[in-house]
Amino acid sequence: MVVRPPPRRSGELTLRELARWTWRQLTSMRTALVLLLLLALAAIPGSVIPQEGVDSLKTQQWQDDHPALTPVYERLGLFNVYSSPWFAAIYLLLLVSLVGCFVPRIVVYAKAVRAQPPDTPRRLDRLPDHASYRTDLPAAEVLARAEVALSRHRVRTLEEEGGGSVSAERGYLREAGNLLFHVSVLVVLVGFAIGSLFGYRAGAIVIVGNGMANTLTQYDEFDPGTLFEPEQLDDFVVDVEDFDVRWITEGPAQGQARGFVSRIAYAETGAEPSEYDLRVNHPLSIGDTTLFLIGHGYAPVITVRDGNGDVAYSGPTIFLPEDQTFQSIGVVKANGARPTQIGLEGWFYPTYAFTDETGPFSVFGDLKNPAISMQVYAGDLGLESGAPQSVYALDKSGAELVTEPDGSMFRVDLAEGDTVQLPDDLGSVTFERVERWNKIEISQTPGKRIALAGVVLALVGLLGSLFIRPRRAWVRAREDAEGTLVEVAVLDRAGGDDVSAVLEELEAALQGRDREEQQT
Amino acid sequence: MTDFLSDAAWEALSNQAVAAAGVVYFLAMIAHLVEVSAGRRVAQPATATGAGAAAAPGAGAVAVATGGDVDGGTDRADVVRREALFGRLGVLLTVIAALVHLVSLVARGLAADPDRVPWGNMYEFTLAGTFVVAALYLGLLRRYRLAWMAPIVVGVVLSLLMVAVIWLYAPIAPLTEALYSPWLVIHVVSAIIATGAFTLGGISSLLYLLKSREGGSTSRGYLARVPAPVDLDRLSYKLHAFGFPVWTFAVLITGPIWAHQAWSSYWSWDPKEVWAFITWVVYAAYLHARATAGWRGRNAAYLALLGLATLWFNFIGINFFSSTSQHSYAAPESAVVVLLPALPSAVEVA
Repeated sequence: MVVRPPPRRSGELTLRELARWTWRQLTSMRTALVLLLLLALAAIPGSVIPQEGVDSLKTQQWQDDHPALTPVYERLGLFNVYSSPWFAAIYLLLLVSLVGCFVPRIVVYAKAVRAQPPDTPRRLDRLPDHASYRTDLPAAEVLARAEVALSRHRVRTLEEEGGGSVSAERGYLREAGNLLFHVSVLVVLVGFAIGSLFGYRAGAIVIVGNGMANTLTQYDEFDPGTLFEPEQLDDFVVDVEDFDVRWITEGPAQGQARGFVSRIAYAETGAEPSEYDLRVNHPLSIGDTTLFLIGHGYAPVITVRDGNGDVAYSGPTIFLPEDQTFQSIGVVKANGARPTQIGLEGWFYPTYAFTDETGPFSVFGDLKNPAISMQVYAGDLGLESGAPQSVYALDKSGAELVTEPDGSMFRVDLAEGDTVQLPDDLGSVTFERVERWNKIEISQTPGKRIALAGVVLALVGLLGSLFIRPRRAWVRAREDAEGTLVEVAVLDRAGGDDVSAVLEELEAALQGRDREEQQT
Repeated sequence: MTDFLSDAAWEALSNQAVAAAGVVYFLAMIAHLVEVSAGRRVAQPATATGAGAAAAPGAGAVAVATGGDVDGGTDRADVVRREALFGRLGVLLTVIAALVHLVSLVARGLAADPDRVPWGNMYEFTLAGTFVVAALYLGLLRRYRLAWMAPIVVGVVLSLLMVAVIWLYAPIAPLTEALYSPWLVIHVVSAIIATGAFTLGGISSLLYLLKSREGGSTSRGYLARVPAPVDLDRLSYKLHAFGFPVWTFAVLITGPIWAHQAWSSYWSWDPKEVWAFITWVVYAAYLHARATAGWRGRNAAYLALLGLATLWFNFIGINFFSSTSQHSYAAPESAVVVLLPALPSAVEVA
């Protein structure tokens, strides 16, 4: 019995043909172009909509302001554009297209690099840039001159009837540069991927005069890569010994601060301690870890005594600056206070001022007239429930705002060194002095050197692919009854370049003249 | 440097030099416009004689040039001489304007305390960027025969200078902390040079589109002076091929190195970074398009213009519209941008 294959209709593709067709489409330059433009387009939303990975606070605010849009945007991944599946789809397709494009080209190039220049075309006068002249020189002499003139080319001399021809080619490195560029793009992406998979970023707020050990528990913020392992952490301790800042008191930048310097003492486990001046633009590297000074602020030392007269809370309290004047917001949680827990919430003003219109405000970021102005809450601060709580927010659901006995507003308004008694014999609050804090970012970015090497190589390749001109040149000399007919042609293989000057120069060299001579 | 002149005097000198440069650029533009209109009279007779002089009298200027049919030869030579004269005058004025422009930049840098490079805010960046456009044009004028580009380049430089003076002006202030870095010189200079090259390249591409729209028909007016589309395309490619590696260096090498030093992350998808990347991708597409069948020519030119649009949007738009950008140092709240921490998301477990 004979099994006949089912008849094929025209236009029908087998699975294999379909796969090949798809592959051809995907790796075509046209597709690559479209994908490039798509990539550019897809990157736009991330610059318009706040991104969680870039500024989580801003993102949160935006989401609170747009309750209707938020779920839709969330579903579309618009708050994490650069890690969203659709963005990944575009660059992965682009990568496949890129690999599919350059792997065959490497094979072709490997052959081309070893190949001899091609045969001389039969009709050189059909090429766009060509010239011819007659000379008394023998053909062999013309060809010898051609070989000298084209010495920077790969040259092949062919014997022909009545003379011969020279076929020359140069600019092989252009394609090498091109391939290097495209391979380097992959190298950059590998470096970038290593960084985001194995790296981490962490932030720690350290009171000036205190220190921290480089462990996860000491971090206030922590953003690890997917494959991060805690063992990666370098073992060291850091002390912030001193912090200097210069305030500008005049001119257009008045009120701004410059010259932030954090004097750091650090030691790797078992090593001698070293000193470092940590400044903006001057990070400190310890092992694989890099430390940056990224913020500073004030930590008023506040002491809370409870109703029994015992110290329920005392220490520097980190206040977060809200603007350039370093008006800062902070919270005190005296959950050890008895009989009732006491919470404080309010502002710190480094240079306190007051007008009836504005209320209290800070004039200047420097400590000229420090003061705190806080509201007092008494009751359950919710810390016993075990639910995680931000240290910068007060849970007021179980606590009540403390007022004067007559019901009017009560605030703890204190200058440095002052104490105030709380109403209802709740206790007292003392504003002892002000300390400073530094925010230090601690991060590991593995693969950054790979990425850097990748871009540098890409640039080298790019320069080669843009500025090396691949050219072919031919010289044919044929002797006849009247002498020797010489034909010359030059072809720019990258397309579009004007080679008439090159042709002129070659012609001049063959005739034994300088180009200048010819022009005069 | 401050021994020689006070900072305030340097600042005043810079402002006056900008105004003077603007005036001289304006004169240069007038000279080039006279040159173009003189050339128009030369170009016209060729078509006018063919179409019959009867049609011409409507246009007064044309009538003057073509009217003297008796010795049209000397008339034409006269016009050619005048054209060349005003062309040279325009270039000379542009050179003078660019020198005064340079003085304004240097003075701006010396007016700051401490002395610094004059590109610390948008006003200064525009001042520097327009200078590079003018300088690149003058530098390449002979080599690439850019004379035809003169009125456009001078016009663009002049308009951008006016925008800078009217809308972007900011008094001299010390730089934001993060800007005190040698990378300020390397990163920004390369970005400015690339911007200059892309701007000239974009002008070529635009003219390419205008010129090729005309098709084979004889050009009139200004377009008659513009080189053939194939030459414009080649020039545009050369300028972009120069600008692209410089942009790569600025955006993908020096930018990340500096970002890593200042902000701890070499690439953080900051809006400015995103748009610099978009510009890079679009120009990469342009370079690919020139080698792709069906995209060569018109589509490639459109891509070049798109790239230029993203470049300018990144410079002007992002600074005005985006508050999340760490690059928004031009805004008055500059100091906090770098040294204000995001609210720590610390949690405390009771």
